[in-house]
Amino acid sequence: MAAIDHQAELIRAGANISSTWGNIKFLARRYPLGAAGAVIFVIFLFAAAFATWIAPLDPLSTNPKASLSEPTSVYWLGADFMGRDMFARIVHGSRISLAVGVGAMILGSGIGVAVGLASGYIGGWFDLLVQRISDIMQSLPLLVMALVMAASLGPSLRNTIIAIAIPLVPSVARIVRSNTLSLREMPFVEAARAVGMSEFRIALRHVLPNTLAPLIVLATAQLGSAILTEASLSFLGLGVPEPYPSWGRMLSESAAEYVRRAPWLVIFPGLAISLVVFGTNLLGDALRDILDPRQRS
Amino acid sequence: MGSYIVRRLLLMVLTLFGMSVVIFLLLRIVPGNIADILFESAGMVDPAEKAKITKELGLDLPLWSQYAQWIGGLFQGDLGFSYVSEKPTIEEIGPRIPITAKLAVLALVFSTLIGVPLGVISAVRQNTGLDYILRVVSLSGLSLPSFWLGLLILMASVRWFGDIPIYTSPPKNLFAELTLYLIPAAAVGFRSSALVMRLTRSSMLEVLRQDYIRTARSKGATEQSVNFRHALRNAVLPVVTIIGIEAAFLLGGLIVTETVFNIPGVARFLVEAIRWRDYPIVQNLVLFIALVVVVVNFLVDMAYMFLDPRIRYAD
Repeated sequence: MAAIDHQAELIRAGANISSTWGNIKFLARRYPLGAAGAVIFVIFLFAAAFATWIAPLDPLSTNPKASLSEPTSVYWLGADFMGRDMFARIVHGSRISLAVGVGAMILGSGIGVAVGLASGYIGGWFDLLVQRISDIMQSLPLLVMALVMAASLGPSLRNTIIAIAIPLVPSVARIVRSNTLSLREMPFVEAARAVGMSEFRIALRHVLPNTLAPLIVLATAQLGSAILTEASLSFLGLGVPEPYPSWGRMLSESAAEYVRRAPWLVIFPGLAISLVVFGTNLLGDALRDILDPRQRS
Repeated sequence: MGSYIVRRLLLMVLTLFGMSVVIFLLLRIVPGNIADILFESAGMVDPAEKAKITKELGLDLPLWSQYAQWIGGLFQGDLGFSYVSEKPTIEEIGPRIPITAKLAVLALVFSTLIGVPLGVISAVRQNTGLDYILRVVSLSGLSLPSFWLGLLILMASVRWFGDIPIYTSPPKNLFAELTLYLIPAAAVGFRSSALVMRLTRSSMLEVLRQDYIRTARSKGATEQSVNFRHALRNAVLPVVTIIGIEAAFLLGGLIVTETVFNIPGVARFLVEAIRWRDYPIVQNLVLFIALVVVVVNFLVDMAYMFLDPRIRYAD
């Protein structure tokens, strides 16, 4: 699975791009939607990293006088029932979203890669077992599986990450496994074996890097669904517990009564979730076009 | 062919058996069962009383024996009793299934009616402004949490119409039912329609590059006939797969949407049962969902053969 070599294509076309900055500009012009996604994602990362500096007010301190305050010059996006600043809560909420999204993606992909490699390499009964377990796990929708896992682990930040990561494992394992099976027969793997490389080293140094492209594409897609799943879990009250300001839970707190009285409590957290997932999806689409030319849309 | 179907059916049974073990164990590694929750909320701590309830519900038995009881009962059509309402599980789950099924069907119809035509338009007008707009809209469909979309619709209706049909009692006639379910179904179906659209588009693009499309054009077929009679018919196969898979996986979206719109379907009921650690409800319901998923997957594979005679499953 070769990625498109933009560098080579550019040189052939007579373009004179040498700097990294030039490369970035070229890619941004070639994939404008992907670039927009990257910008959204960078803003999201920035908000998470510098939340305490960006939001002047504390996301946890309550103020009964400001209860259900409309957006004002002090409370830029209004305040919730307990008088907590919505802007601060949304900015700080990006940390939770990022922690759960990226955490679940890394954990899920990590386990998936290890299981998929082992399954494709060892084969035999181990492979069969892994296949059947994947079947079982994929017989439930992601949210239902995560819901049951979250309920059985109990509500905490760490458990929410685990509950979302585990259901993500089978699809990663499947992709890595099928790639491993075909790569194992490649001449370069045979060459590595001939010069006396250990199987373990071959798996890590030769097979894994060659499955990276589809893996990155899948991982970006999973990042989006992990963030959405966290929001849904927290909305249902089985995700990240208080006092963390989770976007999903902010919606469930405000949902029922405030739809009429304080619409800003409903609009802004949902907007934050949608924007971040939208950015991730745009980025993922562009990455797929770049890394996986066979699926180009 | 025959032996392929037999093998698939055996695998389905194996998967469901595995699921039953997984769900059974997952529910029981939780610290605390319904007895704990009941007593915690009631605030009374009488160990003897608690032990009595635990014994009544059979929660003091060893795990394997609880499991055997559940599966044994399943085979005799006995799903046990809900811990919370103490009614038979089947009476609790049964009436709620049609509600969720209707919502799911409506959502699927919605997503197909919107997704397929827009996907075709987007592919035929590839790389035009219209294509870009449609692609961005479909990506946003994948990005909006369906419960938020539901809340937005609720809010907008309250603002503009003053109110919105909300589930209070079972609808009396078909029309009332439709008005009640249409909005939640659209909120859930928007996401699937985005998926369907994206897939239709990429599948159409693939087919439009084929030689026989050029042949059709060169023999003078109209643009419309090329797009719909030659291209779409051949591009629709992967779309059928995604619609089939979505049929089963819509449930994820329905869980939150039924919660937002206060619809007493089976999806919302699952969340309530999980909160209450109502084991009989949760384990039977989850197993039922898994059954729906594997059966739908099987049916989609079978539908392939009828839609594309070139596909034959080897024995």
